[in-house]
Amino acid sequence: MYSNGFQKEKEMKHDIIVAGVGGQGILSIAAVLDFAALKNNLYVKQAEVHGMSQRGGAVESHLRISDRPIYSDLIPRGNADIIVSVELMEPLRYLPFLSPDGWIVTSTTIEKNIPNYPDVSEITASIQKLPHYKLIDSETLARNAGSARAENMVMLGAISNLIDIPITDLEDGIRFLFAKKDTKVVETNLAALAAGKAAGAIS
Amino acid sequence: MSELLLGDEAIAQAALDADIAGVYAYPGTPSTEITEYIQKAKHVQKLPIHASWCTNEKTAYEAALGVSYAGKRALVCMKHVGLNVAADAFINSAVTGTNGGLVLVSADDPSMHSSQDEQDSRFYAKFAMIPVLEPSNQQEAYDAVRYAFDLSEEVKLPVMLRITTRLAHSRAGVVTKPKVQVSPKPLPSSISQFVLLPVNARKQYKLLLSLQPKLLELAETSSYNILEDGTDTSLGIIACGIAYNYVKENTEKFGLKYPILKISQYPFPEKSAKDLIDRCKRVLIFEEGYPIYEELLRGLLNREQKISGRLDGTLPRDGELNPDIVAAALNHPQQSSFATPELLAGRPPQLCNGCSHRDVYEALNESLKDVKEKHVFSDIGCYTLGALPPFNAINTCVDMGASITMAKGAADAGLRPAVAVIGDSTFTHSGITGLLDAVNDNSPLTVIISDNDTTAMTGGQDSPGNGKLFNICKGIGVKEEHIVKLLPHRNQLEKNVAVMKQEFAYEGVSVIIANRECIQTASRKKKK
Repeated sequence: MYSNGFQKEKEMKHDIIVAGVGGQGILSIAAVLDFAALKNNLYVKQAEVHGMSQRGGAVESHLRISDRPIYSDLIPRGNADIIVSVELMEPLRYLPFLSPDGWIVTSTTIEKNIPNYPDVSEITASIQKLPHYKLIDSETLARNAGSARAENMVMLGAISNLIDIPITDLEDGIRFLFAKKDTKVVETNLAALAAGKAAGAIS
Repeated sequence: MSELLLGDEAIAQAALDADIAGVYAYPGTPSTEITEYIQKAKHVQKLPIHASWCTNEKTAYEAALGVSYAGKRALVCMKHVGLNVAADAFINSAVTGTNGGLVLVSADDPSMHSSQDEQDSRFYAKFAMIPVLEPSNQQEAYDAVRYAFDLSEEVKLPVMLRITTRLAHSRAGVVTKPKVQVSPKPLPSSISQFVLLPVNARKQYKLLLSLQPKLLELAETSSYNILEDGTDTSLGIIACGIAYNYVKENTEKFGLKYPILKISQYPFPEKSAKDLIDRCKRVLIFEEGYPIYEELLRGLLNREQKISGRLDGTLPRDGELNPDIVAAALNHPQQSSFATPELLAGRPPQLCNGCSHRDVYEALNESLKDVKEKHVFSDIGCYTLGALPPFNAINTCVDMGASITMAKGAADAGLRPAVAVIGDSTFTHSGITGLLDAVNDNSPLTVIISDNDTTAMTGGQDSPGNGKLFNICKGIGVKEEHIVKLLPHRNQLEKNVAVMKQEFAYEGVSVIIANRECIQTASRKKKK
């Protein structure tokens, strides 16, 4: 554990909250990351939401990846390195979990299935107040990639820039996840991943 | 190579590897995925095991006990409140004892993510006086199921595996072990073991009592209950089940050196706990659920005042634990750098667009529009969301089947119209007997079965009464002319309102079967 007797070896650790609205495919984002992390012999814990909230409610997954054993299935407050969301307002729900230098990477897609949806410019403004954020037009990028349903993979691509896992392993994860679908679906999702990666590049 | 499995899936795989003859279950969050995993394995590998859904938890438990009687291994799964339904069979199966290994998974839901209460199944196990395993992680869940079948056959009792939502629905790497082949046990040789006439029951009960010291000894020496010693005895920690993870998350992070007694097998290992309490100045106990053992360790008079936990405010009295609650209890409160902005709006679950329940509630609200005191009794399922805006259509949701029986009681008390709304799967689970009561009393009551051909809320499992509802109602004596079928669809609204009004006015038992397939299962079928 201690490389030179004084300094602890740097831990490889990503605590990621994946957020969205039931039906947006957030568990697929987690599934691809899980696959890629296991391929890299990393430890993974991933807590999901099943049951009633999947009916159009707010959904989240706590995904923890590390090169050493992970105890808690849930991410502690103030500890998330990344909050990625497939819907614009949803990342705000999990802000107390964000670490001081953590990233919000969110789609600009709006899911207005509630009567009191806040003003969009106010939501955007509160995201822009954060130290590290990326706003991604995942809807356009997914459509250009071939399917509006691939927004989740655009968002995965966008956060791939922040994760120490080779993009080729995420691509393999997509091939694995959609193995039973026809090749067009795989290609669309791979294109969405690439588009998201380009759009989410850290300058 | 480890496989990434949900806690539920790890349990299912372990049961398959332990050579079960079948799984028996009724869907209920967070337990559903156990049976679904076994169903998939049965289908893919063509396994000769039972895996179809049961009508309710009681029928499931009894069938599993029957498998055990016949000398084979059975897994029975339910959510915590399901154990209330199965309780009669469960408690008495501890008195009969078992033959083939019988393992009950009871999945608790502290914080009530998808439930009506947060009861702690460990209470039930203590009540029945049987062993419990409470794994802290997915690997332990796998191992514990394998062990539980052996333990059940060793002590000839059912064994409970108690899990909670976070373990059930979280994935982690699990290493499996080779599958065993278990030969069936001979049928029970004693003719009195399973015949609980008082004369036999007294003998069996004494046998159960006589087993208790052995169960305690097994827990004291169990590899699932371990003491991780520490040098700082200003505090001792007792961590039950998944609470251990939250404790370790924090003790590792903050370099805390308190001794930790991890407990994953019950009866509660009294001696190990006593040793820890004697050595430490103060002891903090973390239980994911009710403070059952905290209360027992404190005693009613709490004379020593050494035990802290949920009862003295160190931990919240209700709700599930998490790393932050545990951190605060260990004097390392975690701060957030960012607060949730005020503009954030809640996003509760809602009925899907195109869902047939929506059309039922629209027709119902319209047909009751002129009723001064509109009260509708309802039940547990997706349609419970009809209590929320925009429908505000129902007034009760208590337990499976209670819509019909509460409406009957209210009708007996003079409420008109007395209306119950119940789903198809809930109706067969626990509604039929209540309807029979209403028929026998000719109570003026209208039951609307909002029938979407599936158990929808838990993800679309087979509904046991599919295609049988009309004949069930007819068979228990509802008059045929008052069993009305309608199509819950927007373009039928006017017609449906008329039907409802007519049946509400009838001074007797009527049933409206509003049938249209769940749009979720329908679209899934289309994709296939």
